[in-house]
Amino acid sequence: MDAFTTHSGTVLPLRRSNVDTDQIIPAVYLKRVTRTGFEDGLFGAWRNDPEFVLNNPAHAGASILVAGPDFGTGSSREHAVWALMDHGFTAVLSPRFADIFRGNAGKAGLLAAQVDQDVVERLWALAEQEPAAEVTVDLRTCEVRAGDVTAPFLIDDYTRFRLLNGLDDIAITLSHDDEISRYEAARPSWTPVTLVN
Amino acid sequence: MGRTLAEKVWDAHVVRSADGEPDLLYIDLHLIHEVTSPQAFDGLRLSGRRVRRPDLTLATEDHNVPTVDVEAPIADPVSRTQVETLRKNAAEFGVRLHPLGDVEQGIVHVVGPQLGLTQPGMTIVCGDSHTSTHGAFGALAFGIGTSEVEHVLATQTLQQTRPRTMAVTVNGSLTEGVTAKDLILTLISRTGTGGGQGYVVEYRGQAIEELSMEGRMTVCNMSIEWGAKAGLIAPDRTTLDYLAGRPEAPRGDDWDAAVASWTTLVTDDDAAYDAEIVIDASEVTPFVTWGTNPGQGVPLGASVPAPEDFVTDSDRQAAQKALDYMGLTAGTPMREIAVDTVFVGSCTNGRIEDLRLAAEVLEGRRVASGTRLLVVPGSVRVRLQAEAEGLDKVFLESGAEWRGAGCSMCLGMNPDQLAPGERSASTSNRNFEGRQGKGGRTHLVSVPVAAATAVAGHLAAPSDLSAGV
Ligand code: SF4
Repeated sequence: MDAFTTHSGTVLPLRRSNVDTDQIIPAVYLKRVTRTGFEDGLFGAWRNDPEFVLNNPAHAGASILVAGPDFGTGSSREHAVWALMDHGFTAVLSPRFADIFRGNAGKAGLLAAQVDQDVVERLWALAEQEPAAEVTVDLRTCEVRAGDVTAPFLIDDYTRFRLLNGLDDIAITLSHDDEISRYEAARPSWTPVTLVN
Repeated sequence: MGRTLAEKVWDAHVVRSADGEPDLLYIDLHLIHEVTSPQAFDGLRLSGRRVRRPDLTLATEDHNVPTVDVEAPIADPVSRTQVETLRKNAAEFGVRLHPLGDVEQGIVHVVGPQLGLTQPGMTIVCGDSHTSTHGAFGALAFGIGTSEVEHVLATQTLQQTRPRTMAVTVNGSLTEGVTAKDLILTLISRTGTGGGQGYVVEYRGQAIEELSMEGRMTVCNMSIEWGAKAGLIAPDRTTLDYLAGRPEAPRGDDWDAAVASWTTLVTDDDAAYDAEIVIDASEVTPFVTWGTNPGQGVPLGASVPAPEDFVTDSDRQAAQKALDYMGLTAGTPMREIAVDTVFVGSCTNGRIEDLRLAAEVLEGRRVASGTRLLVVPGSVRVRLQAEAEGLDKVFLESGAEWRGAGCSMCLGMNPDQLAPGERSASTSNRNFEGRQGKGGRTHLVSVPVAAATAVAGHLAAPSDLSAGV
């Protein structure tokens, strides 16, 4: 996982609350056998509507999704996070995230930053008036900055530590490699193996 | 103070333990199959990681595979892609795979034990919730998600929070014609589907000790259906007799060393469980489900319950919803419910002993007209053993279909499915809405009840059948 310190990009203003994971990626898109390539499924049903904000060329290339409260509720599918990242999103800002979504995001390296509703409103207004406006999310200071807006965001300490250092769960475990190797060396010789070396 | 069996196995696998962090647990055996592994392998590839211990990993194809024409390419393109992806990943990462057509192919939870890879005191995981099956050997075995599959592939460990322990003590003996399946269905109907939440459960007591390994696997298999993280049973003479001589079981001095270690795998007399349930085995009778979760069951001799029979509002609503879905009327005797399809198979009841029990009932009898009976062995080895014993002939002569090995109608990911509105008696483990096919209605039953139901055309026990009918 790449370390996340600060990111600057443009905002996709998603004026909706309660965006559940079935909306983020409908079940029909879950049959893929790879961990990448889920961008087609992102907001699969909503995208049929030409008015849907993701279809607005003014917001093409946006990398910061700003949504209403209760983002990522519903099914536990990790594919929701993968779809957002595959589409090019680096951060999601919302006043409230569903627990499982937030956990999955932290595992995969997508920044899920919790901000006040008024910050969301101001970022929506900014992005709608000036789609190319640059917004910065700074994980070192836990701040979002855009024009005259500077506001704090919340993220739990352990996830922040892991993101700043680019450590996924596997990387953290691998940092204990010596302990794993020590354990392995002491395993009884009769424990079964599936392959003969 | 002494420790429980589960605590002993846990402690023996802690690689690292630190305040405020979950324990890092070493995994002795990682089983994989085609459905939950592709993204995990893809994750390894994306981060340039390898499989740390391919020699502690085993893959088999089971969920998607067809059970007829197994030599032909898989017709459904999505299923075929998942199976082909597993083959590609196994080859690339050096993982042993038993593919369709291989003599060791079968349901992952049937294959591990029959190879002798499942042994007492091990930690075993798989991206499948019925991994609890392997607990029958005194192993700590549980299902994991795709991210965790990747974590185990890369590190051979898992970050896990220590669970609580529970004892289910089954006193006395099961009576004639009552099986391990009836016991576990009875237990789940008492606890509800969430009764085991947060616990590793140890099944113990006389009735458990008297079960064969197959019966113990049936019990542990369904631990997950009442919410337990895992279920396990202390190894004993029955366990050793089952393991001795299996292809991957230890031999010679290794066997002696292993047995010496395994005999320590008992709960100490002064150990304390966080919870305990006691059951009297002599009161258990053939048990069947009427609803849409495994906790909605009654004795075969009872009737479909009414929503008013339940205490809480949510149970009453759940019962009403289940009755509507199942197309049942409260008060109907369970024995009067006619079924279209009977399924004998799955990781719950697809082992050789199960097929023997089914054949015993079917011998000299005919499957009722208008009812179809699918017999699906849990593995190719089980199929070959059954054929060596002539069980296939009994099945075919009775009018049953004799199939290749796999998960089949347990979850309907392959073509073996119920049509909308069709009703089945099934020896599998889940009667969820649509589990065996969209709109399908499932009654979970034991093997003898399944076989007798196929003959009678409605839910029945072998004792309901007149001789030779
Ligand atoms: S038989 Fe059913 S429960 Fe068992 S592994 Fe296959 S699908 Fe899962």
